[in-house]
Amino acid sequence: MARFILNSRPVVADVDGDTPLLWVIRDELNLTGTKFGCGIGACGACTVHVGGRATRSCITPVSAVEGAAITTIEGLSEQGDHPLQVAWQTHQVPQCGYCQSGQIMQAAALLSDFPDPSDADIDAVMSGNVCRCMTYVRIRAAIHEAAAAMKQEVKNEQAV
Amino acid sequence: MHKRIIYSVFGVAAAGVVLFGVYAWHPEIVPFAPGAKPPFSQADIAHGKIMAAAGYCSTCHTTPGGLEYGGNYQMNTPFGVIYSSNITPDPDTGIGRWSEEAFIRAMRTGVSRDGHHLLPAFPFEHFNKMTDDDIKAIYAYLMSSVPAVNQQKKENEIAFPLNLRFLQAGWKLLFANTTPFEKHGDKSDEWNRGAYLAQGIAHCGACHTPRNALGGEKYSQMYEGALIDGWIAPSLTRSSTSPLHWRAQDFYEYLRTGNSPYHGGAAGPMAPVVHHGLAALPDADLKALSVYFGELAGSNSDDPAAAPKLQAAVDEQHKIKDLRIDNGARLYTSTCSACHYSGSQQVKGRPLLALGSATHLEDPSNLINVILDGFRSDQGISGVVMPQFRDALSDDDITAIATYLRQTAGEQPWPNLLQKVGEIRRQPRFEQ
Repeated sequence: MARFILNSRPVVADVDGDTPLLWVIRDELNLTGTKFGCGIGACGACTVHVGGRATRSCITPVSAVEGAAITTIEGLSEQGDHPLQVAWQTHQVPQCGYCQSGQIMQAAALLSDFPDPSDADIDAVMSGNVCRCMTYVRIRAAIHEAAAAMKQEVKNEQAV
Repeated sequence: MHKRIIYSVFGVAAAGVVLFGVYAWHPEIVPFAPGAKPPFSQADIAHGKIMAAAGYCSTCHTTPGGLEYGGNYQMNTPFGVIYSSNITPDPDTGIGRWSEEAFIRAMRTGVSRDGHHLLPAFPFEHFNKMTDDDIKAIYAYLMSSVPAVNQQKKENEIAFPLNLRFLQAGWKLLFANTTPFEKHGDKSDEWNRGAYLAQGIAHCGACHTPRNALGGEKYSQMYEGALIDGWIAPSLTRSSTSPLHWRAQDFYEYLRTGNSPYHGGAAGPMAPVVHHGLAALPDADLKALSVYFGELAGSNSDDPAAAPKLQAAVDEQHKIKDLRIDNGARLYTSTCSACHYSGSQQVKGRPLLALGSATHLEDPSNLINVILDGFRSDQGISGVVMPQFRDALSDDDITAIATYLRQTAGEQPWPNLLQKVGEIRRQPRFEQ
């Protein structure tokens, strides 16, 4: 029996401990925003947050996340309006869209460590997230814009 | 004349055997009836619970997923497989009939209640450093608060003649430091408290001190690092190969949180030591341990954040790599750098592997183990994981990544790495 916190709610799944976390999220808990790509942690489509850090869920056994707090694309923001999600729409980032939830989850983790990332920071942290439609230039632009928006938000909050 | 020499040699030998027999023999301590337990004070029980945790007794006295302290945890030693004892208060299979006197004798001298010698996998020579009060408190906790588990101990699989228990007396005579803990008058109280905990209940040397061919700790190389259960328990002294020195506050952060951003996380057999063991100790005790080990590591106070080695490792990441030719660099870029790329400011949970202790050890075991099996949420930083690459990367892939890392860290390649990766992949796993 696997027990962890998924998008702020405690969940239980009756699965073997070596089941990949991705399968549990998609097939047992029915959140299908997180995608299966390569199955060997080399494409980034399955990226979720575990304890706030971007993690490839396809090669993480569910036994490893016992008790941990997991966030998927469905839980990134309540209204789907995380600055990254807004910037993604502004820049029309997705083409086929398959890799995008993984891209956004990885980018969100990037911005929490690098609030004002350079192109080099973005390239280094995002290079494990593959997009076969080659939307990389738009992804990078959207990350810069989201970073600026988040900084503005912080300023506004401080002003209030 | 010859006869006389032969007789004297035999005579001396026979006298030696008799004397050894007398030395090795210990009487049974009379069992007491269950229910005849003395009353324990709540303070002793509470203190004993903390001490039992600090000794992570349950780690070795519980099977994975089994009932706590029920024993039969499997230990693979160079001398054969042995199983731990049941130390619950069960009268038939545990220590329910052990008096306090029998428990103290076992903790101090490694002799069971019935007089037979316990094997030195039980680090009695460390527990002998403890005060009577601390040992009595553990007894009070085990006897009063641990549920009895009726579970017979499995037979050890140790070949003749090492299975002859009386020979353990010889082992103890030769290898065990049985002197009590001595305070160092020239050191602070905090240092002495740390030394007392480290040498006694926490038995740090049991893993971190190298052992001789017969399993005795080499006290002249105390804490200089050793192989344990397929991992390297690294050196805690000045002989450490970590590029950034361990300071007292680094030890403290590691012991408190399971991770030091400049060195690495508590993986493998060290994870339960931190999270299920030392975590129970009050903050002052963890600080005392850190002061003790900080001095052993060389009393460094240089700020690692300002170390030129750190900036060099950060800059190294920005060198343009030829990803078409260098397989290790390519694999590192696609599978590792999302989490391991670091800015100048070290972020906990984003470790810079060129500085990591595991990259700089002479043996690749720790780095390869972590690539294969990652970190669970109860290892390293609590609640954070690293995925398992065991089924994702081949031996060739892992070798390429490790070779690339060694190179960026300014170290020579590990010899025979491909073969070693295969061996590490196939070795049994002991983590609970």
